[in-house]
Amino acid sequence: MGKLRDKFKQLRQKNQKAFIPYVTFGFPTLELSKDILFTLQAAGADIIEIGMPFSDPIADGPTIQAASRIALNQGANLELLFDFLENYKKYFTIPLIIMSYYNPIYAWGIKRFFQRAKKAGLGGIIVPDLLPEEGKEFIDMARRTDVDTVFFISPNTEERRFKIIDNASRGFIYYVSVYGVTGMRRSFDKDILLRGSFIKSRIKNPLCIGFGISKSSQVKKFKQIFDGVIVGSALINEINKIYHHKNFKGKLASFVRCLNK
Amino acid sequence: MKGKIYFGNFGGMFVPETLLRPLQELEEAFFRCWNDKNFRQKLRQLLINYAGRPTPLYYAQNLSRKLNLRIYLKREDLLHTGAHKINNALAQALLAVSMKKKRVIAETGAGQHGVATATACALLGLKCVVYMGRVDVERQANNVKRMRLLGAKIKVVESGSQVLKDAVNEALRDWVANFHHTYYLLGSTVGPFPYPLMVRNFQSVIGEEAKKQIIKSESRLPDILIACVGGGSNSLGLFHPFFRYKSVKFIGVEAAGEGLNARHAASLLKGKTGILHGAKSYLLQDRQGQVKEVYSLAPGLDYPAVGPEHAWYKSIGRAEYVAVTDQEAIDAVEMLSRLEGIIPALESAHALAYLRKLKFRKKPLIILCLSGRGDKDLDLIEKFKH
Repeated sequence: MGKLRDKFKQLRQKNQKAFIPYVTFGFPTLELSKDILFTLQAAGADIIEIGMPFSDPIADGPTIQAASRIALNQGANLELLFDFLENYKKYFTIPLIIMSYYNPIYAWGIKRFFQRAKKAGLGGIIVPDLLPEEGKEFIDMARRTDVDTVFFISPNTEERRFKIIDNASRGFIYYVSVYGVTGMRRSFDKDILLRGSFIKSRIKNPLCIGFGISKSSQVKKFKQIFDGVIVGSALINEINKIYHHKNFKGKLASFVRCLNK
Repeated sequence: MKGKIYFGNFGGMFVPETLLRPLQELEEAFFRCWNDKNFRQKLRQLLINYAGRPTPLYYAQNLSRKLNLRIYLKREDLLHTGAHKINNALAQALLAVSMKKKRVIAETGAGQHGVATATACALLGLKCVVYMGRVDVERQANNVKRMRLLGAKIKVVESGSQVLKDAVNEALRDWVANFHHTYYLLGSTVGPFPYPLMVRNFQSVIGEEAKKQIIKSESRLPDILIACVGGGSNSLGLFHPFFRYKSVKFIGVEAAGEGLNARHAASLLKGKTGILHGAKSYLLQDRQGQVKEVYSLAPGLDYPAVGPEHAWYKSIGRAEYVAVTDQEAIDAVEMLSRLEGIIPALESAHALAYLRKLKFRKKPLIILCLSGRGDKDLDLIEKFKH
């Protein structure tokens, strides 16, 4: 399992952009989660964002809320997620990153979380309800254990905070494409590419875009400017449709290849 | 981030990046209005002429005799809409107007904050949307009808455990998408900064009045202040103006539901430090940091966390926190109804129930916050008994 920083260095050398699928750990079942992650890797994912389900996901729309609820009912928790990562890390050639709300990490203890993350070879961590200003201890521990940290820039983030966010981030910065929660959108702000290139001129980290992206045309368009594209809800909707199918893995792989063609 | 956003180690702003600017704008608007004579005067006039302030500080003679205490009731139940929630709703709705927001959203559990918000919005010509969990919609059906009559749109929350915390989740999700034209009127001393501070300040009118009233009638400060604690707004409203008087003891009463070893909502007594709805505070959670589904018959107390200022009070020993069960609260509803002819809300009845457990050699002078009236709970109580 690689580091985020190394991954983006490689991609830059090849003049490529990252395709980053998001899936919820434990959805639709713990066993299928494993199949899904390996299928995503085989189908060309450059990085995989694994969502740690939480009881109160305030940044997520209906799709990821429902997936989280199902995953929690399956017994998904951080302990099991780290067990999984540790057991299978030698089979992953791409970085895996965890997206978790802050409370499960806080409940574990920040130090314990990062020690375990290091042991599991975790590529990076994203916390949607943690601002860099609230994350001093979190960032310190991440640096000490050499786990990459991804923070966010929103359409309404003030320019004077770009530097704070850039300094707190390592690996990439997550650009939130829209106001609102995760979930598929019909359209995006027409100035979004301009905004992307403006932000990129002000930061040193790569900038990836997520929230609401569901079509290959959107992936292609955003790759013109952004260093990576994150697709979550659309993928989870598709998994929900096809997971009981005999050829689930094949269907999933072709869906992902189509998105990223 | 400027200013002090913590109460000791509690509070803060644990929110998605997109909400930082709206919260900072809210903070700026709040301090501007709080320090603006015109705004304060407008609010005072509304509280007096519209909401019915000041509320009486009533010496409950029969109750005092029965329990061998000296008990004053701060009658927030007599306010327009029937609970202390209107103090905060009117103030924040005025703030929304000053921020030029046209649409107001709110969460509600018992429905009291929803009704207060719908009322303030009707008065000030604001569009109002109230999020309410499916379970609460069913158990507080009357308040749903009131809100609809007042012109509010009710969004029934089907996600999660379908109670107050889920209504807050949905309101936050709405706000992050619509903050440009929408004001989030949070009903308790919870959530990210500046809400806990702002709601406490707007509710402090309870304690400010009570302080003047008790000095007028008894020529001294009280020995004990007692109030129920869900999120914490009526209790902090009463306690805060007495904070610097160390001789005044604070008692916060949480919901023990079916008992502290069964289903309950006693965050301060049984919770651990955690993060929910943007604030670090005490939180009922499992060992993996998932928020527990909590329970109280009183919908307004059915919340897994608590205001960060209470968490701080607990950590510095400024307040004592206790809990009473559903059954004890219902007994207290009956006790006050029979003895004083006042039907209290189930929430407030938690504070009343604890009076029975107080043991003192000398009769202490007590102020209890009777935060709301009990009409809304009659069906609930009847059902509980059968």
